Amino acid sequence: MIMNRAEEHNNKEIAKLGMWIFIFTEIILFGGLFIVYSITRSKYSNEFHGAAAHLNVIIGAINTVILLISSTTVAMSITAVQTKNKKLALRLLMVTIVCALVFLANKYFEWSGKFHHGLYPGSDLMMELNRGYLLFFSLYFFMTGLHALHIIVGLTILLIVYYKIDKGIINHEKYVLLENGALYWHLVDLIWIFLFPLLYLIT
Amino acid sequence: MEEEHQHIVPYETYLKILAILLLMTCITITVTVIDLSAWTVLIALIIACIKGFLVMSIFMHLKFESLLLKILAIGVVLLFAIILAITFIDYLNR
Repeated sequence: MIMNRAEEHNNKEIAKLGMWIFIFTEIILFGGLFIVYSITRSKYSNEFHGAAAHLNVIIGAINTVILLISSTTVAMSITAVQTKNKKLALRLLMVTIVCALVFLANKYFEWSGKFHHGLYPGSDLMMELNRGYLLFFSLYFFMTGLHALHIIVGLTILLIVYYKIDKGIINHEKYVLLENGALYWHLVDLIWIFLFPLLYLIT
Repeated sequence: MEEEHQHIVPYETYLKILAILLLMTCITITVTVIDLSAWTVLIALIIACIKGFLVMSIFMHLKFESLLLKILAIGVVLLFAIILAITFIDYLNR
């Protein structure tokens, strides 16, 4: 029994270490894009200045607040599971899931607005833009698109976690999946913390 | 047997951090609206870094994790900084 407990504890530590290593690779992935952004920005600072003014700061700010709140609630749901408060854990997790959906809805409206004006990768309008503008909008679509993809993945993970807490598979003794799912969600939040000022604010 | 070092963070801690993060977001937006020219970028980036640090240490529980994980995390951030610096040194001296 004691052996089993020790073994379980080790497994948990290994699972977390694995998740962290994956998160490090994600940081480097987005880090590469941030480096591309910095270099192109230093070369085309005037064009970036003009292009960034076309982004909707209000939608960006709302999405920032949504992600910060969702990150807080998913972190709080860990505390709830640890203290055997299943009902609260499920509610907090549901807040996070709803926030994720609202974020995606906002992103949809934001992007469709751009598409409506003929601004999307490969469009005639994009091709006519000068180089600095083209680079800014390409980076904008790629970085926010990759980030939105992470939101969808994170949302899927959280839905699985929700189901497993509901069924009692994740409980106060075994909750490493919840912890790792939360880590992934915080990563999504972390990336947005840098994306928002760089793309929307610094004009 | 019950010595598993699970660290329970109280709800209030998370709510306090959320309040700080929201406040910092407001500051960033205000600073960019006022437009302090060159300072804007610097202030916005410093605030983003502080927010990132808070998310990693409290939300992601890094503060309560093993020394190994902390060293790894710092290592990754340093690695990123070094790559960024080297790339810039290259581009600015062409």
